[in-house]
Amino acid sequence: MNDRGLFRKSILGLGLAFLYIPILSMMFFSLNNSRLVTVWDAENSPTLRWYVRLFENEQLLGAAWISIKIAALSASGAAILGTLAGLVLTRFGPFRGRALLSAMTTAPLVMPEVIMGIAMLLLFVALEQMIGWPEGRGLLTITIAHVTFTMAYVTVVVQSRLAGFDDALEEAALDLGAKPVTVFFKITLPLIMPAIVSGWMLAFTLSWDDVVISQFVSGPGSSTLPMEIFSRVRRGVSPDINALATIMVLIVATGVVASTIWMKRQERKRALEEQMARSDTP
Amino acid sequence: MRRSFLSTVKSWSQPRNLVIGVPYLWLLAFFAIPFVIVLKISFSWMQPIQPGYAPLIEWVEETRRLVVSFNFDNYQVLIRESLYVDTFLYSAKVAAVSTFWCLLIGYPMAYAIARSKPSTRNLLLMLIILPFWTSFLLRVYAWVGLLKTNGVINNTLLAMGLIDEPLTLLYTDFAVYVGIVYSYLPFMILPLYSNLEKHDLTLLEAAADLGAGPFKAFFKVTLPLSMPGIVAGCLLVFIPAVGEFVIPSLLGRTDQLMIGTVLSAQFFGARNWPVASAVAIGLLLVLLLPILLFQRYQQRELEASRR
Amino acid sequence: MAERVVDRHNEYLRIEGVSKRFGDFVAVDNVSLSIYKGEIFCLLGGSGCGKTTLLRMLAGFETPTSGRILIDGQDMAGIPPYERPVNMMFQSYALFPHMTVTQNVAFGLEQEGVDKHEIRRRVDDMLSIVKLGDFAKRKPHQLSGGQRQRVALARALVKKPKLLLLDEPLGALDKKLREHTQFELINLQEQLGVTFVVVTHDQEEAMTLASRIGVMNKGQIVQVGTPTDIYEFPNSRFVADFIGSVNMFEGKLIEDEPAYVRIGCPELETSVFVSHGISAPPDAQVTVAIRPEKIEMSRTAPASRDENHVTGVVKEIAYMGDLSIYLVRLPSGRLVRVTMPNVERHDERIVWDETVHLSWHPSSPVVLIQ
Repeated sequence: MNDRGLFRKSILGLGLAFLYIPILSMMFFSLNNSRLVTVWDAENSPTLRWYVRLFENEQLLGAAWISIKIAALSASGAAILGTLAGLVLTRFGPFRGRALLSAMTTAPLVMPEVIMGIAMLLLFVALEQMIGWPEGRGLLTITIAHVTFTMAYVTVVVQSRLAGFDDALEEAALDLGAKPVTVFFKITLPLIMPAIVSGWMLAFTLSWDDVVISQFVSGPGSSTLPMEIFSRVRRGVSPDINALATIMVLIVATGVVASTIWMKRQERKRALEEQMARSDTP
Repeated sequence: MRRSFLSTVKSWSQPRNLVIGVPYLWLLAFFAIPFVIVLKISFSWMQPIQPGYAPLIEWVEETRRLVVSFNFDNYQVLIRESLYVDTFLYSAKVAAVSTFWCLLIGYPMAYAIARSKPSTRNLLLMLIILPFWTSFLLRVYAWVGLLKTNGVINNTLLAMGLIDEPLTLLYTDFAVYVGIVYSYLPFMILPLYSNLEKHDLTLLEAAADLGAGPFKAFFKVTLPLSMPGIVAGCLLVFIPAVGEFVIPSLLGRTDQLMIGTVLSAQFFGARNWPVASAVAIGLLLVLLLPILLFQRYQQRELEASRR
Repeated sequence: MAERVVDRHNEYLRIEGVSKRFGDFVAVDNVSLSIYKGEIFCLLGGSGCGKTTLLRMLAGFETPTSGRILIDGQDMAGIPPYERPVNMMFQSYALFPHMTVTQNVAFGLEQEGVDKHEIRRRVDDMLSIVKLGDFAKRKPHQLSGGQRQRVALARALVKKPKLLLLDEPLGALDKKLREHTQFELINLQEQLGVTFVVVTHDQEEAMTLASRIGVMNKGQIVQVGTPTDIYEFPNSRFVADFIGSVNMFEGKLIEDEPAYVRIGCPELETSVFVSHGISAPPDAQVTVAIRPEKIEMSRTAPASRDENHVTGVVKEIAYMGDLSIYLVRLPSGRLVRVTMPNVERHDERIVWDETVHLSWHPSSPVVLIQ
């Protein structure tokens, strides 16, 4: 099995290199003093000047703040709606229009964003014509659009958690005298909470990162961070962006690594407990 | 033949309808209806003033008549002008090639992870997913820095003496392929991994026992069994790739656009909303079959994981 | 197992003509049953026979397509599971993983709105009855299989239900633990006086636990009776074959008298004399069923049995320690299964290819018409 191991290691090595070299290169050149970004200015580098400039850039900072607000709101909205949809599709048996709901919670996963962007923009315009709301486009319309396309992801995550659930747990609760509402809040919800949380984080990332849909449904004065970044990088490379990218990568990396370590520790504790239980007298 | 208790408890019709209703109405209002509106506008006449399209059905006071003005010309434009047909075909081609390469790179990686020790698997998955959590936009931007004329790749090759002049890597088909493969790789690896991980390894042992070498065993056992994963991964990459906007904008050719960029240009540039809508509907129709296929796959996966 | 005294005057659970259809498939077919207070009633059958569906209808998770279910005189139609005086112990135990043992057991009482102190008292009592007092603060994943089962039991019983339904209660336990738990279950039931309805596919389990057994096949109840009734007096080929092992021979009625019958069995090349009467039309085709342990096997011919006696050659022996199972081939080619306790010393026992005499007492065979 040794050559198997070698094959596996080299594939993974190459693959991970492919995934990470661009990111690392981007981070590396954020310390480059040259405006040309990729031409290393050996005399004056490494430097932190781009990072300093970043924090003085009000436009970018403002856009970042808008993005955070929108992402937090949409993630929360998507978490609620997505969980309800996931619950309905997994636990509620057949009902009229179920196929449509299922389709509407799967399609956003693959649908090109330009199509969704155009569709929602036209909706907002038509609504404004008919009932005067929403007045112009801005944070509200972006948030609504983001909730709509991210809730599908939450639904998928919740659905797959619910599917792997032991049905008998809910039946047992019913049998013991709990009404269906109580069963949901005391049994189902606590047990799917981890899935809801990861759904929230997924929705947050998707919203925070979104360029296309935001461009279509935003209005004057409501520029999100990705929109700002996009307008800058269309023109070519920019060292500010490298600095920004590095910060974001570091934040995300810390978060992911921390949560993985935490989860591993939980798993190990649990495995130990289960092992202890097995060796107990029955 | 068990069904969940909630479907049999009839006394709960009221709150049950509420729970179904909330997400349903939201999606109807903000996802389904918009497409109907796009369809409607695709049949409208363009109007230079707000909102940019003329109403389909109008009550004209003076003549006391209902005027219905359908414009099929928008669709004719689609077929007539080679710009659109060419762009559709080009986009499909780019998406297909990218999907192919994504599969070629992603399958071995997914396989390698699935066959690793369980303890390493989670670490590897985390490493694969980590880039996904960082900004998609920024990762595409990273390739601009790598591929441009005085970018990292060219500078390195020049410094090593492997080439005399910088290669043209940016603003080419190649750059778009790289961009798509790079950005969508996790979407290919995850469904493949999820499928491969469930394979019963004793099947391969049985095949070996019956005289099949490792290659034969792979092609006759593993590959067919991983088909659902392959299909899912390919759909997850191909469908959105056709309509990609960011990647061709930053990395792609300037003489040949993809449908996503054309759509955006029609919308914001030419402000011709009816035609843009027609293009959007056209794109949707082209993608309808793959989208339905994907939905069928999702359903089946979910059923399979329920007991 | 000592026969329990069942109070036949107190009909607790009454199932009247209950059927359940799923589309075209009939899972439960017109079942009628009476179960009495204080008994342990086992629904026994293979997979797909409808026993679990029937149990779920009692619990309220399925609604009968037709028929009625009455518990203590009350019609359960339209009553959801959370309003029935019935509790269930699930096959997978279904313990709430995010709650401790105490919280799990207390859950049902909390739903009833019982006072907090009362809950504490009853939960503590129940935990000491099932001997889990020390594990009160643990969570399910910290418990062994047997401990989890006791929590599931405690959780259901603490509510003092009129009826306790058990779905394959011993299925997940290993053999030694199963035997131990069987007796514990019986003691618990006697101590608390709750009526049990148990669903199982394991005959041993049914025979040990039950005061009465209902054998099910293809959605119907085929026979109801005490373990002795079912084993010694099966009413059909299905039941005779399903419970334990049996030798069945086809035959035709030769003589039919009130005190005895004589049946000619071609496979035995002799007639079978049965010392009780049966009710069957004359010249009927019947099946004679004889349990392996009821057949005596010896090297010498038995003294006075011309009928109820055949000779054969030993073809297979399976040594089980306390007894041995022999397969004896008769001249007709038929194999007969005989079990004999290993009483003689090893060197005196019958071996392969020996010619042996098989005989049985006239009261041993059971004559089956269906």
